[in-house]
Amino acid sequence: MSMAEALLGDRKSRLPRLDGIVQWLLPAAILLVWQVVCSRGYVPARVLPAPTDVVLAGWKSLQSGELVYNIWVSFWRAVVGFLIGGGIGFAFGLANGLSPFSDKLTDTTLQMIRNVPHLALIPLVILWFGIEESAKLFLVALGVFFPVYLNTLHGIRTVDPQLIEMGRIYGMNSGELFRRVIFPGALPSIFVGVRFALGIMWLTLIVAETIAASSGLGYMAMQAREFMLIDVVVLSILIYALLGKAADSVSRFLERITLSWHPAFQKH
Amino acid sequence: MQLSLRVFPPDVDFVPPAKLIEQARKARRAADPKLEPRPGGLALTIRDLRKSFGENHVLRGIDLHIPAGQFVAIVGRSGCGKSTLLRLIAGLEPATAGSISFGENVRAEDVRVMFQEPRLLPWATVAANVEVGLGRQRVRHDAKVRAEQALTEVGLHDKRAQWPRILSGGQKQRVALARALVSRPRVLALDEPLGALDALTRISMQRLLERVWSDQAFTAILVTHDVSEAVALADRVLVIEQGWIAHDVEINIARPRRRGSADLAALEGSILQELLKEDRSADA
Ligand SMILES: Nc1ncnc2c1ncn2[C@@H]1O[C@H](COP(=O)(O)OP(=O)(O)O)[C@@H](O)[C@H]1O
Ligand SMILES: [Mg+2]
Repeated sequence: MSMAEALLGDRKSRLPRLDGIVQWLLPAAILLVWQVVCSRGYVPARVLPAPTDVVLAGWKSLQSGELVYNIWVSFWRAVVGFLIGGGIGFAFGLANGLSPFSDKLTDTTLQMIRNVPHLALIPLVILWFGIEESAKLFLVALGVFFPVYLNTLHGIRTVDPQLIEMGRIYGMNSGELFRRVIFPGALPSIFVGVRFALGIMWLTLIVAETIAASSGLGYMAMQAREFMLIDVVVLSILIYALLGKAADSVSRFLERITLSWHPAFQKH
Repeated sequence: MQLSLRVFPPDVDFVPPAKLIEQARKARRAADPKLEPRPGGLALTIRDLRKSFGENHVLRGIDLHIPAGQFVAIVGRSGCGKSTLLRLIAGLEPATAGSISFGENVRAEDVRVMFQEPRLLPWATVAANVEVGLGRQRVRHDAKVRAEQALTEVGLHDKRAQWPRILSGGQKQRVALARALVSRPRVLALDEPLGALDALTRISMQRLLERVWSDQAFTAILVTHDVSEAVALADRVLVIEQGWIAHDVEINIARPRRRGSADLAALEGSILQELLKEDRSADA
């Protein structure tokens, strides 16, 4: 065995474990620097609280039950808004990808609406719904709708027509053709839309909750700002980040198990 | 230090040993006695077949009779309508005029097509791709067994649980062949199925094709741009020119045929000469 081979073989066996650690090195370093900078007093506590203060604020908020309640409220809004907007977007994507008539009927209109930034509708939405739940759900659903719609449509349109012809030749009916050829072919693109939509979902929710809400993480942050509780403000921002990361991980996981045939998800 | 030269064979490894094939065949007969005696090929009669795309008259009246079980090769210049003829025979497109009849009532599974691209579903395993070939019979309890037998016949049984993406070009075409054959078709239409393969893989695929044809006795219609492939495999070579059958050449050479033998070369030469006539008259 040559030197190079020996090295390579060794690296192969060590890499996976190292990989798991490597990605956390930078966040840990940032946290450390942050802590040092704050506790040494380089940055005043009213500008940026130390990580330990943030943890403490989290602990207090957790004990009062406020934190869990607000996370739950935001999580619920995110999920319901996503399911409504994503569901409708998926349905329109399917309809317009499969039926030229439906495409002619609705696509131009949808493309026009897409050009309105959905957050610009906030004043209108407040007038319509006040600060009820429906206001937030409406905004999230609207924001999520377009990425899911566009990517589902794109996925279906770009399924290899030769595979569709093959399915027909081998006697698949429309249902089978959809289930075995069109849907799996469109799935990678649908996932792209879903992951994009997840980002928009959190963004919309943050904005909506800071402007028009009486509960939720965004509301918690705004309340804390009024009382100058900067540690709670930072806490809510961090929780948003964690929730965003969690949503992304879930969709990555789903991708990995459903797209294991795809070259991009090859097992090493 | 010892140097050893390792030569990676192209895709030649695969033609499975005769013993294995015989085993698969026996198992198939035991599993489904109705398959024996084999149905054999279908005869095919084409009358005044025409096909136009707008003003482009691609086929201008094809008359042809193919006896059951014959191996026919169709050659011609690019764009002369070979694929169009094959697609009409396979029922993928309607004719502008004329008729194609198979003599008997045909089921959808009786006529199968193979293309230059393997057209495998990337998200289905090799075995699942072959099962697609069963068409309406896929719901039967023995679908899996039959798919595996078809894979054994093309020498890919050990790849049955893999994704198609890991296969070589030749292996993908063998999966496509297994998929086409798993329903025991009586007519197999092939549109340049080996066109994208390298020379050696191509030769071993030709042998495989000849073997399954002589074993299963279907009627084979092979479109190819390779005249040597046509004379090596076929009982009869049709030359298409300007929408007509310009030549209909019997290949009366006993099988197994020896590649590169003088009589094959002579036939190949004369067919090539016919194909190149146009060029020479243009040059003159
Ligand atoms: N679906 C189609 N629509 C319009 N023209 C077509 C179509 N399919 C084939 N043609 C035309 O028919 C002619 C023959 O094509 P084809 O049968 O594919 O030739 P080849 O002999 O190379 O297989 C070409 O001129 C091609 O442009
Ligand atoms: Mg062609």
